Amino acid sequence: MKAAEVLVVGAGPAGIAAGIVTAEHGLRTIVLDDNPEAGGQIWRSGVRSKGHKRTAKYRALERLACSGAELLCSYRVFDAEDTTAILAVCEVGEETSVTRFRYEQLVLATGARERFLPFPGWTLPGVFGAGGLQALAQGGFLVEGKRVVVAGTGPLLLAVSAHLAEFGAKVVCVAEQAPFSQLAPFAVSLWRQPAKILQGVRYRASFWGTPYRTGCWPSAALPSDNGKELRAVRLTDGRRTWEEPCDLLACGFHLVPNTELAVLLGCTLQGEFVQVDSQQRTSLPNVFCIGEPTGIAGLEAALVQGEIVGLACAGRPTKHLERRAKAERAFGRRLAKTFALRQELRALATPETLVCRCEDIPMSKLEGLTGWTHAKLQTRCGMGPCQGRICGPVLESIFGWKPVSVRPPLFPVPLEALCSTESHPHSGSNA
Amino acid sequence: MPERVMITINGRQLEVIAGTVVSAVMLQAAEPCRISVSGKPRTALCGMGTCFECRAVVNGVAHRRTCQLVCADGMSVETMR
Repeated sequence: MKAAEVLVVGAGPAGIAAGIVTAEHGLRTIVLDDNPEAGGQIWRSGVRSKGHKRTAKYRALERLACSGAELLCSYRVFDAEDTTAILAVCEVGEETSVTRFRYEQLVLATGARERFLPFPGWTLPGVFGAGGLQALAQGGFLVEGKRVVVAGTGPLLLAVSAHLAEFGAKVVCVAEQAPFSQLAPFAVSLWRQPAKILQGVRYRASFWGTPYRTGCWPSAALPSDNGKELRAVRLTDGRRTWEEPCDLLACGFHLVPNTELAVLLGCTLQGEFVQVDSQQRTSLPNVFCIGEPTGIAGLEAALVQGEIVGLACAGRPTKHLERRAKAERAFGRRLAKTFALRQELRALATPETLVCRCEDIPMSKLEGLTGWTHAKLQTRCGMGPCQGRICGPVLESIFGWKPVSVRPPLFPVPLEALCSTESHPHSGSNA
Repeated sequence: MPERVMITINGRQLEVIAGTVVSAVMLQAAEPCRISVSGKPRTALCGMGTCFECRAVVNGVAHRRTCQLVCADGMSVETMR
């Protein structure tokens, strides 16, 4: 068992920013993360660029290390008892250990995942999430010389294309489903945040020779003759359809917030996001939430929200930061509007297209069912290891099915983790 | 020169840069991480530990998400069937 005055779940930019402030104010702080390294998705480091000292991530991690906060990576939270303790599993090597973390104040900084939409061929090897391929390239997958189509929606497509080009990939086409008529006013609205314009331009410049097609989306990933590799992507703009030969497809449709832990704790949601007040406090008095689970708004929002939470936990004023936080939140709302999914995307899956990748459930088995419970009982859709994290948002997009419940364990864990004495602290005295 | 480690993928020995993520090596070696319930090869999709498509058998332990694992010297990875 470990105890903290402030427990932060998630060591991305938001969680790091929060942990720095609480620890610097003398609060005993623990920051947990599921990944083997801190930084989250946006500050993920590459195998070949580790230890670059001038980056914002490096500075933030240095400051966190000096602040006295304890950073624990490869810890995955899988259960919450009440609002005083959570359980996390750590699997390193062949060892599985469970730790109970008691806290006074809890900060949820669980980030977001990519939204996927099924289309014929999306389960072929060679098809990845947009951020997914970037993460894998950073992890050591050599994309040099490979022809890549980047498709889907959101500002992430620009960042991914730029990074893949930097790794030597030949980005042959970027297909953004949002129409130009939505993107243009968004770009204009950024005049108040010139840093974001500059970043966008910098990204675009790094793959200048590649077309960035708006109002264009993938309708199928086409296999090679042996059926094992990707040969091309079929793209369409609604009028015209063509094939783009490529080796890899990086495709993601913006982001879905990771709200499972918040829901398990009993935090109130507002739409798909965790409801918070101006100090990022959830409906539970000692639980805060920051970053993407409160609204997909990117790095700057995460950093300012992290700082606000840190000060709020320490009982310090946060008023001076609220204007900045509000502006970033507004940016998030503009993102959602700009990159809203077009109707056509909901109809890409054919009857044979798999929807649930864990259980290999095709679209044909789901049509005509009434909702999640029906689908689970009839097909096992959403009952595999990802626990519906991938097919859940898909079915919400296609059929409007809302998730029915969140139950522990939040992630599959080895049976021995559930049997651990840390999971049953009172079993000895009650026996 | 960056440090290197030896890892075995489906019986084949490979030398990789220390710090390389296991799922990236599977892709590099063109080996699937797992065979799906209907017999199809799958590799990493999300790259961040969420989709569970990159599960493989690592040092005899099944269901390890290889995108959350860094290669260690002497590690043995097999496609999960």
